[in-house]
Amino acid sequence: MLTRHYQELRLKMVITTLCFALIPLLALGLTIYYQFTTAYELRTIEAVRTMAQNRVNSVELFLEERIAQLVTVANTHTYEQLRNEQYLQKVFKVMQHRSKSYIDLGVIDQNGDHIAYTGPHYSELKGVNYGKEAWFQAVMASSLYVSDVFLGFRKVPHFIIAVTNHEGNKTWILRATINSDIIDNMVRRAQVGRKGDAFIINRENVLQTTPRFNGKVLGKPNAPNFSAVVDTIVERADSGGEESLFAASSISNPRWVLVIKEDLREAMALLFRARHVEVIILLAGIGLVVAGTLIITRSLTNELMKVETERAKSDELVVQSAKMAALGKLAAGVAHEVNNPLQIISEQAGWMKDILESDTASSQENQQELKQCIRKIERQVERSRAITHRLLGFGRRMEPTQEMVDVNGLVAETVKFLENEAHHRGIDIQDELDQSIPKITTDPSQLQQVLLNIMDNAIDASGKGDVIKVVTSHNSEDPRVVTVRVSDQGIGIPKDKLNRIFDPFFTTKGPSEGTGLGLSISYSIMEKLGGRIAVESEEGMGTTFTLFIPTES
Amino acid sequence: MERFSVLIVDDEVDFTETIVKRLKGRGLDADGVNSGEEALRLMETREYDVVVLDVKMPGLDGIETLREIKKRKPYTEVIMLTGHGSVESGIKGLQLGAYNYIMKPVTLDELMEHMTQAYERRIIEAQRREDAERSEQRP
Repeated sequence: MLTRHYQELRLKMVITTLCFALIPLLALGLTIYYQFTTAYELRTIEAVRTMAQNRVNSVELFLEERIAQLVTVANTHTYEQLRNEQYLQKVFKVMQHRSKSYIDLGVIDQNGDHIAYTGPHYSELKGVNYGKEAWFQAVMASSLYVSDVFLGFRKVPHFIIAVTNHEGNKTWILRATINSDIIDNMVRRAQVGRKGDAFIINRENVLQTTPRFNGKVLGKPNAPNFSAVVDTIVERADSGGEESLFAASSISNPRWVLVIKEDLREAMALLFRARHVEVIILLAGIGLVVAGTLIITRSLTNELMKVETERAKSDELVVQSAKMAALGKLAAGVAHEVNNPLQIISEQAGWMKDILESDTASSQENQQELKQCIRKIERQVERSRAITHRLLGFGRRMEPTQEMVDVNGLVAETVKFLENEAHHRGIDIQDELDQSIPKITTDPSQLQQVLLNIMDNAIDASGKGDVIKVVTSHNSEDPRVVTVRVSDQGIGIPKDKLNRIFDPFFTTKGPSEGTGLGLSISYSIMEKLGGRIAVESEEGMGTTFTLFIPTES
Repeated sequence: MERFSVLIVDDEVDFTETIVKRLKGRGLDADGVNSGEEALRLMETREYDVVVLDVKMPGLDGIETLREIKKRKPYTEVIMLTGHGSVESGIKGLQLGAYNYIMKPVTLDELMEHMTQAYERRIIEAQRREDAERSEQRP
């Protein structure tokens, strides 16, 4: 059976232990969780950024190579040489030999007239005037122009590169069309994972390459607008209900932006798995701690309860043995008290027999002697009678009762009990009884037991020639309390032991002399009677016990 | 029976008075005192063969008196007498050299028997000491 006390104790132990065990565990778990997340996110972002810059470098390198090739051709040939279409075709063959991405090559004069052309669309493009075209204006102004991607006659995405050359006061343009497949391939290499994507957009957010999932070439990408990005940025964004990681990096010429999209869950898969494992370990740890705490607490409280039960049992035994010891002491005291008068009576009887057996039995002197013997016998019988009566009174009061009690009478009687013992030890007991104190309602035998205990202690503490004072008093200011004060001039109680003297089994006497229960029992009796017991003591000077007894208990 | 000297020490005056009269009537050299101090004082002035000593007395109690007697007159036999059935004080008395330990009440005949035995032991012990001294003197 669990008492409430033990339930509370168990609860306290469980809560305390769990606090001490779980708080560090959780702190550690959360710290690792966030530190790891941060570190991994940083790493992932860095990886995406590097990949974007890498791709941009490749694309830029490819474009620069094409531009350089065209510039070389334009600067190493004269207008006269290149306007010859057979020559132009020869040059174009050489260029195509190195790079299959060239679709056609043309020469345009400063008026925008297509002077020479080699490529698959000869009939459509030969003789066209580009004078009004935006790209023509741009290349005339800046000497180099790379176009955005557009679909040509064959519906293949491509773009043009145009460079100018000056001969005297004449300016002419060398223009090449380039298949953008190759750029598509470069960008595609950045499409990682199952859901990753990569594409290039121009300044108007129009797709320049074909993305894997998010739109068609020359359409709008299904992604946030990164067209204004300069340099490289990485950001998280929501796209299609899923969180994604975007890296955007700008290409210098043409002014395009390469965008890489990674599915955040895919990119962080390792992290998510690690987190998952960590949470499982943490939960398992918490479970183990909780289970362990419960088991330990349960066995501890059970053990405590067992010990308590055993102690209660042994306490009962000790109290019982203390009672028996007290009874034995009483019996021995009575034996001594009664044996002395018996010895005297026996001696008187013997003496009387001696006289009666002598020849001078009827002499005047012997008659006197006999009478004296009889008086002595009567005196001793009276003495014995007083002892047995006192004993009877003591026995009768064993049952708990409520009686009108004369405290003075009770004190006087108790003093009488112990007077002989004290007398033998050379100790004087003086009583000073206040005759004005009222009769009180209490349990006389219990009160007498307390008085006996305290006076017995006083006798034990006193030495030869000491005086024990027993004073009863009644304070008119508090008429409901009667006090009995027992003071001795004995050895006193050291300060450090003064607050322990009412503890059960605390004793300063040897093991054969005291059980250490007398004062403890007295204390509990006084509480039961509604009063209290107080002690004052100075080592070497003596001790005073004061009983405060309520007039109505 | 041989006449020997006895000192009765007990705080009960009625007891000592009467028993002294009875012992004298039986031909013993008996005296009675009522405290250990008185007994020791009296023993300064004369020798007793046997001392009967009550254990429980105010002032110098039986055990202390016994210790003093054995210190001053080690060959005096002492019989302890008590109304208190305490085995402990009996053992203590015997350890300190008392001849015997008797519980009150005791009849005079019984007490006489113990006293006589104690006296006899005293005689035998004295004889033995004398023999020992003589054998030491002889080379």
